[in-house]
Amino acid sequence: MIAESMYQELILEHYKHPQGRGLREPYDAEVHHVNPTCGDEVTMRVRLTEGGKVDDMSYDGQGCSISQASASVLHELTAGQSVAESLVLIEEFTRLLQGRGKVEADEAVLGDAVAFAGVAKYPARVKCALLSWMAFKDAVARAG
Amino acid sequence: MTRANPAAEAVRATAQTVDSGTPPQPAIPPLDVDAIRKDFPILSRLLPGGRPLIYLDSGNSSQKPVQVINVMREHLEEHYANVGRALHTLGSESTDAYESARDKVAEFIGAPARDEVVFTKNASEAINLVARSFRGRSEPAAGFGDERFRLGPGDEVLISEMEHHSNIVPWQMLCERTGATLRWFGVTDEGRLDIGDLDELLNERTKIVSLTLQSNVLGTVNSISPIARRARQTGSLLMLDASQGVPHMPVDVVETGADFVAFTGHKMLGPTGIGVLWGRAELLDAMPPFLGGGEMIETVSMEGSTYAPVPAKFEAGTPPIVEAIGLGAAVDYLSAVGMPSIKQYEQELTRYALDALQDVPTLRIIGPSNPISRGGTLSFVLGDIHPHDVGQILDDEFGIAVRVGHHCARPLHRRFGIPATTRASLYLYNTRDEIDALVRGLHHVRTIFG
Repeated sequence: MIAESMYQELILEHYKHPQGRGLREPYDAEVHHVNPTCGDEVTMRVRLTEGGKVDDMSYDGQGCSISQASASVLHELTAGQSVAESLVLIEEFTRLLQGRGKVEADEAVLGDAVAFAGVAKYPARVKCALLSWMAFKDAVARAG
Repeated sequence: MTRANPAAEAVRATAQTVDSGTPPQPAIPPLDVDAIRKDFPILSRLLPGGRPLIYLDSGNSSQKPVQVINVMREHLEEHYANVGRALHTLGSESTDAYESARDKVAEFIGAPARDEVVFTKNASEAINLVARSFRGRSEPAAGFGDERFRLGPGDEVLISEMEHHSNIVPWQMLCERTGATLRWFGVTDEGRLDIGDLDELLNERTKIVSLTLQSNVLGTVNSISPIARRARQTGSLLMLDASQGVPHMPVDVVETGADFVAFTGHKMLGPTGIGVLWGRAELLDAMPPFLGGGEMIETVSMEGSTYAPVPAKFEAGTPPIVEAIGLGAAVDYLSAVGMPSIKQYEQELTRYALDALQDVPTLRIIGPSNPISRGGTLSFVLGDIHPHDVGQILDDEFGIAVRVGHHCARPLHRRFGIPATTRASLYLYNTRDEIDALVRGLHHVRTIFG
């Protein structure tokens, strides 16, 4: 069935066991993003090192499995990345999700996040997957 | 009449033996759902992958029978022209068809006069029309100074916590514009309107009460008579949002005791783009026009204009002609099936669905668990599983269309401490088999996300 291409095992795994969830101190910036169409929301904090790396990304929120799992995957992927690397990652993820299922994902950049490729075929769910990623981009800009 | 009908005699005899204390009621004919389903072409289409469609989203918008589709096509092919102003044959045929749709709607809802039926774009527009008819105390009356439609600080508007945003926002806007105070009835844990403090909430300061006849989330059918009685005592106007009521039960606007009733065509087998405002003639006459434009005028000069009588006063511009005619055909269809039969069928189906859903662990119905005074709108939460995930799996793996989210009733969801629900909403073409499929689908959803 079609939904199986969206609800990948990896997504369900992150949904059931979210990584890095919960707001932590200290942090350099905090943002709150909402998806008004479905009420999903995320609060995100970012802490950067002096060398411009992501020291910690912590988050809390509510929403569907896609929005929750994508925050968890983002946490794993950005840990220890430089801000520049994380922005490349976000750009590639955004390109994949907004590609209406017609974009070939760059696995070398996206890693586990390629599991969300199936979501791109569901326009109503793209915002769910992007919610925390957009929040992260915002938070990094404010922290920098 | 000399010859008795043996079957009818038998029914009467049975009715009398069962309950001899009250006069026998004529039995409501049962509804033939198999025959009805054949009238709805979309119900036999297949979804991608060859899956049959199970449509449980009629509270959002209903499907259309071939009778409505044909009438609309025929009008476009044979009779279409603008209404009201064209003197040629087509103009006259089109006007006749448009105005006869008004007659049909008027009869369907028991309106005392056809001119009390105003065609609008939808129910939202009908409610906005009434809300915009009120003027602040400092605004110029401009010929429409009826005290019942003037308000300001100290005056009140009364709604409820179970309203659709369409019956909240226009009143918030009115209160912001005039300085009046918005108040609302609460909702009980069981999902019923809480009228415990009716006499305090609905008082001499209340200019208008606007309530839903049937909740689009809870399914609750509100008892209007105590509110109408109190509104008469306090001299307040009463409006009903009957968008979820008129499609599902016989509604006689006079019997409701309301002054205004709004509903929409697309939820009652008609097309989108057409709604209805019914209002008591004397009130509609006293109200200022809503939108200015063609057809709503009597005379226009550069210095000023005078307005047409109702309903034209409220129908500025070219109306949704084919849509109104389609609504007339939908009314014909519903009347032929019989609204009492539809109500009875949906009540049985709702009872069945409420029972069947109880079998799903962690499922909690938001709304009355008892099918009495309740329609076939079944909103629920399934443990911690987000409704978007529930709806996605139901659609993709079972071909079941439900609605997920807050259903344009966010305050009501907050009242129950939840961000969203999954909603299955039933209509005359749904079956027990489809409810069984829903239950199977929900069990499957739990295995994926549990």
